[in-house]
Amino acid sequence: MSTLGDRTNPLSLPVAGRSFDWRPWVPTIVGTLTTLVVILFWHLASTNAWVSPVFLPPPAKVFRSFIGLIVNGYVDSTLFQHAGTSLARVFSALFFAALFAIPAGILIATSPVGRGVLDPLIEFLRPLPPLAYLPLVIIWFGIGEPSKVLVIALSMIAPIAISTASGVRSASESQINAARSFGASRFQVLTNVLLPGALPSIITGIRIALGAGWTTLVAAELVAASRGLGYMIQSAAQFLVTDVVIVGILVIAALSIAFETILRLLERVFTPWSRHR
Amino acid sequence: MSELRLDGISLSYDRGRAQRGPCVLDNVTLSVGANEFVAVLGQSGSGKTSLLNIAAGFIAPSAGRVTIDGVAQAGPGAGRAVVFQDDALFAWLNARDNVALPLRLRGLDVKERRQRADALLAQVGLEGQGGKAIWTLSGGMRQRVGIARALASEPRFLLMDEPLGALDAMTRERMQELLLRAWRTSRAGALLITHSVEEALFVATRVIVLAPHPGRIVESLDVDFGARFLDGEAARAIKSDPAFIAIRERLIDAIHETELRVAS
Repeated sequence: MSTLGDRTNPLSLPVAGRSFDWRPWVPTIVGTLTTLVVILFWHLASTNAWVSPVFLPPPAKVFRSFIGLIVNGYVDSTLFQHAGTSLARVFSALFFAALFAIPAGILIATSPVGRGVLDPLIEFLRPLPPLAYLPLVIIWFGIGEPSKVLVIALSMIAPIAISTASGVRSASESQINAARSFGASRFQVLTNVLLPGALPSIITGIRIALGAGWTTLVAAELVAASRGLGYMIQSAAQFLVTDVVIVGILVIAALSIAFETILRLLERVFTPWSRHR
Repeated sequence: MSELRLDGISLSYDRGRAQRGPCVLDNVTLSVGANEFVAVLGQSGSGKTSLLNIAAGFIAPSAGRVTIDGVAQAGPGAGRAVVFQDDALFAWLNARDNVALPLRLRGLDVKERRQRADALLAQVGLEGQGGKAIWTLSGGMRQRVGIARALASEPRFLLMDEPLGALDAMTRERMQELLLRAWRTSRAGALLITHSVEEALFVATRVIVLAPHPGRIVESLDVDFGARFLDGEAARAIKSDPAFIAIRERLIDAIHETELRVAS
């Protein structure tokens, strides 16, 4: 007689007393297998010259390049120095973007005047590609470090502001009224009800913003950079050093995934209620 | 002795400058004294929740005024605590911190807040549950936290908007008993909005029936079944008492009559 928890099917529902529940591991296992299959195809494509090795070097060469970049570096800096510079740019931008966007989101959600002033600005920024405003930022602020941070920050403002506004608006009327009936001032309603309630949305906004920041990084490091992952990728691309380009791309992807994972973890630790709403 | 008074309250929601919206409440006058438990009954659309929101100061009436001991009230205040149907608890705080929030807003120190919150939780039957996350509590437990939180502000008036409406029948009966005991301990005046005639009769010292379209008082009745329970009589014995049943049927008839009038 078959049961829902049939041992031959790892995807079946668990039955009391059975030893191991595979279901939580299925995405990880499938994800790992997919990655391995992609690497295998990549290896076959370059070793069999389906694609020229100049355009697609084999995984082993990219790995050797990765080690070489750590030890010897490329364009006067090691991989860690490039990555460190890019991380500093992305997180400085995140800091300044959050400093502006969280209060902006609160104002958009709580004040008609705030909405009138800030909403058009955010909606103007939201769809703009960073390459469109990069020249203007350079004209206004020069080619130094502030311009790079500003370009990345501009790409981060809209997701954080929109998520904050949405989170602040999600507070129920009865929660606000409850606080008011305890004698809470407008500021106390904001700090005790609206902001804690909006925290999961703010973290989601920061996650989206970090994604946008990594996307913008390469554009920001296009002009007058001497260090950074985007600069390393562009320098390598100019001389068709494809293995370094691929290492750069993979490092950006790895950093992006690592910080996404850290933020998801922080979300679980600091806003555990958000999964039970 | 404190008195919360709603004097000649009318409410209509304006639809703009030119148009006046439908009248929700029409010249309702009602008072709740200290140690008095007033229950308001009425079918949907009779303006019960609007009446409570006006009493709490959440919305302003189109006409009339709300006073406490003769002093006009504009907006909500710590003297009137509200228990909501959807419990309105803060998911990011545990049960104790939810109850302690009104005390925090009043500036009490952490130790005193904790002691008083734990005492209030014990009063509503949640001793030792203060550290629990809100989402791990059952509907009945959450409402008990909501009641404890309302009592934490030591209100002169406890306003309750169908707080037991979403509970199952058995839990609801236990909560009615708990509500009565908590009310007596608090010495606050209470205003309860409910759909349940039996609940209103059991807990209230006065039952008011609102007729809809527009909301107005059509029946007001003093009862003492809650006092009998607090004096030690069993809740089931009270609810099966012929006098209780007779009044319950009379009130149900009164509510049905208002429905029929609206339908015709």
